[in-house]
Amino acid sequence: MSPDVPATNTPASDQPASPRAEPVLELRGVNTHYGAVHILKDVDLAIYSGELVCLLGGNASGKSTTLRTILGLVTPTTGDVVLEGQVVTHQPTRERVALGVTMVPENRRLFKRLTVRENLDLGAYLRTDSDQIAADMEQIFELFPRVKERINQKSGTLSGGEQQMVAIGRALMANPRVLLMDEPSMGLAPALVQQNFELIQQIHEAGLTVFMVEQNANMALSIADRGWVLQTGRVVLDDTAENLLAHPDLQASYLGTAEQ
Amino acid sequence: MQLTAKQRTRVDWFLTILRVAALVLIGAGLVAFVAQVVDSNNPFARWANPDAINLTGRQFRDLVVAGLAQGAMYGLIALGYSMVYGVLGFINFAHGEVFMIGAVTGAITSSKLAEAGAWEDNFVLCLLLVVVLSMVVCTITAVIMERVAYRPLRGKPRLIPLITSIGVSFFLQNFILVLLGPGTKTYPRMPEWLTEKRTFLEIQGTRLLVLAAAAVAMVGLWYLVERTKTGKAMRAVAEDAEIASLMGIDVNRVIVKTFAVGGAMAGVAGILWGLLFNSVLHTAGFLPGIKAFSAAVVGGIGNLGGSMAGGLTIGVAESLGPLVILEPLGVSGPSQLRDAVAFSVLIIVLLVRPSGIFGERLPSEERT
Repeated sequence: MSPDVPATNTPASDQPASPRAEPVLELRGVNTHYGAVHILKDVDLAIYSGELVCLLGGNASGKSTTLRTILGLVTPTTGDVVLEGQVVTHQPTRERVALGVTMVPENRRLFKRLTVRENLDLGAYLRTDSDQIAADMEQIFELFPRVKERINQKSGTLSGGEQQMVAIGRALMANPRVLLMDEPSMGLAPALVQQNFELIQQIHEAGLTVFMVEQNANMALSIADRGWVLQTGRVVLDDTAENLLAHPDLQASYLGTAEQ
Repeated sequence: MQLTAKQRTRVDWFLTILRVAALVLIGAGLVAFVAQVVDSNNPFARWANPDAINLTGRQFRDLVVAGLAQGAMYGLIALGYSMVYGVLGFINFAHGEVFMIGAVTGAITSSKLAEAGAWEDNFVLCLLLVVVLSMVVCTITAVIMERVAYRPLRGKPRLIPLITSIGVSFFLQNFILVLLGPGTKTYPRMPEWLTEKRTFLEIQGTRLLVLAAAAVAMVGLWYLVERTKTGKAMRAVAEDAEIASLMGIDVNRVIVKTFAVGGAMAGVAGILWGLLFNSVLHTAGFLPGIKAFSAAVVGGIGNLGGSMAGGLTIGVAESLGPLVILEPLGVSGPSQLRDAVAFSVLIIVLLVRPSGIFGERLPSEERT
């Protein structure tokens, strides 16, 4: 993938989880097309339990398509999506959600006409364990006391930061095994971006596997364990966060000038 | 060309003139009406229309109740337009035909029941049975329509399902024509205790029944949409189908359910039509369908309470408008113009409030 990355010593904590363990989520040689346009080219990714990893890349590099492929909103032409060891390439989205993958979409995309509580309820749409759902909601209130204050308000009336909390809460209500975050820094004021990344870190420290897609490489790498850089649909860099930050090609690859 | 918020174009001026003209016309009619009721010899009343019929208080009230009853029926049909628009973003013009099929189903089943003698002996039970049957038939019609005509067009530009719905409308009309012939299908006589005038507040029993039935259907629908998991899923799909699917909602099933519920409401409305007018033709769905569509737009399309309010507004307007506004202005044969009045309400509401009475548009919402 990126043979030119210099081998450096990395602290043990930055290593991916034990390679013996099965990845929670895996893309195997995925190619995705929109019509005749080839978007993803031979993408291989593996995310292990308890990791916080990020996929970086500029505009139109295929980041969102990667998430859409994982969630089944598009079907790859070749290659497989594997969730918890199960090949789900041709399963509908709701089967994948049931297996424990969920997303906080770009720009939050709450159901604005619905109340905050209804948004959270919809997050738990496929779950039937009502006792546990209630307990999870309490946990979200603990994490975000503001959400509890606004619980009966239409979510469209909330501020951007509050909406972000509801969006994360809604995703957590699905009790996911892996949480996908699409551009968590988009559409928020700079102070809120900082708060948002702290939230992600907090959720991750609570034990959740997080896969984040982001343009803001410095922000993302400051909290991620490791990451990939996607350029025109191909993974061009694959390393620990520390090495990626230090990598000379990182900034260049954003400008589209990096050569493999 | 750049326009700031304060600049007014010629179109704005034209619209303002239209608004003022419409309101002046309505105002003049109302003033003339009041003048004639107060004293038919006062100069203003004589100027406008010296031969105006002066409505008595009771006639006025009867017109209002008749309008409300018919408006409630429009409202029930309008719900179907509004719900489908909410979820799929196109107008299903064949919905009026679903309503007609409900009315026809009611005519056939109630006639059979009358032949068997059950209609007169056990009216309430028979009516319930007829309503349920009509709801079932309409639900099935609506679901088949979605599956056969609209699902293959999912994701296509909205104009395509819209035109298709007009085709479906013609198909259903002619299907009933071929199936049952061109004759009028009549309902059996209603029992006298229902048609008699002096029941409650001297309102005709049928109209009370229609209003009550519409209210029950509306409450049922409100409960379904606002208080159940299915309803929550419907509202979620209406707002953002892609994100709804990320919640694990099966969007196709929700769409089918939406058509089913809209169809059931049209089924109830069909029976109400039967109660009010006693007969039905294969073309009976067209005009009520278009009026119900107007009602949905007047109320703010996509808003369920708005559909009902829009239906009642149009019903009362077309019932009262001719005699209260047109007649005092000296228009001859005003009752022939009730349809024109109904659609004028649509135009006037759109001139004043383009998103409808209860229409809300969130700032971040974009419909293309």
